[in-house]
Amino acid sequence: MSDKLRFHYEVSGEDFTRAGEASSDLKAKLKLMGASPEVVRKVAICMYEGEINMVIHACGGVIDVTISPADILLELKDVGPGIPDIEKAMQEGYSTASENIRSLGFGAGMGLSNMKKYSDEMKIDTVLGVGTTVTMRINM
Amino acid sequence: MTIGDIKNYLDAKVLTGDELLDKEVHTACGCDMMSDVLAFVKDQAVLLTGLCNPQVVRTAEMMDIVCICFVRGKIPSDDIISLAKDRNIAVLATGMKMFPACGILYENGLAGGASSE
Ligand SMILES: Nc1ncnc2c1ncn2[C@@H]1O[C@H](COP(=O)(O)OP(=O)(O)OP(=O)(O)O)[C@@H](O)[C@H]1O
Ligand SMILES: [Mg+2]
Repeated sequence: MSDKLRFHYEVSGEDFTRAGEASSDLKAKLKLMGASPEVVRKVAICMYEGEINMVIHACGGVIDVTISPADILLELKDVGPGIPDIEKAMQEGYSTASENIRSLGFGAGMGLSNMKKYSDEMKIDTVLGVGTTVTMRINM
Repeated sequence: MTIGDIKNYLDAKVLTGDELLDKEVHTACGCDMMSDVLAFVKDQAVLLTGLCNPQVVRTAEMMDIVCICFVRGKIPSDDIISLAKDRNIAVLATGMKMFPACGILYENGLAGGASSE
């Protein structure tokens, strides 16, 4: 046994109304574990933005969470279209979301910059036509 | 200001959270884009929105928002209300439009939720 705790989530790309369930579950778990409110909030925002992106820009995916005494690691993996220009995608306000997605309250182009702002480290690996993996670390 | 005060100022109906009316609210955010809420909201906030889907509740949950007030006469569906109830978030509904609703709360001393960090 290691001192690491792992959780695995499958995120459906079919059902927008369920997007956020994984984040909700993890947030509740962290609260129960007694993580500090600041850490809980940072993780919640990072995971939720990432989870929503998986649903609206890819076709769902999987999220792996690793909790250790020093930090929390979030790994969000999808097999969507990939991101052609990461630098552009990271800019506040840049979004390729359709009018339909905007009418659902997303597509302000704030997600990736929120994730960057609230995580202590963030990495995006993306291959066009293959998929995207976003990894974020939040220190305890 | 309490959630009960907000109900009175905005002439709003309480859809869930009658037991939360005494809870204090420190800031407000009027917004239809959920990522803006995630970017700017501070503690103990009320979210005023014209958007009506479960993600409003999930976003509120992520930010520990204590009260959601739907504006422009929007009435959320039962599953949205029960999602909020499960998470201990009060839900109000007012016929007022966004701008006057925010204005009234601001005039009565509620601060904007945007943080300038
Ligand atoms: N997992 C992903 N797969 C493919 N493209 C993505 C993915 N995540 C982000 N993108 C691209 O990067 C852009 C910026 O993402 P970001 O999350 O910052 O904004 P958004 O999702 O469009 O809007 P918001 O997050 O404010 O609702 C997206 O519009 C999309 O083009
Ligand atoms: Mg996004």
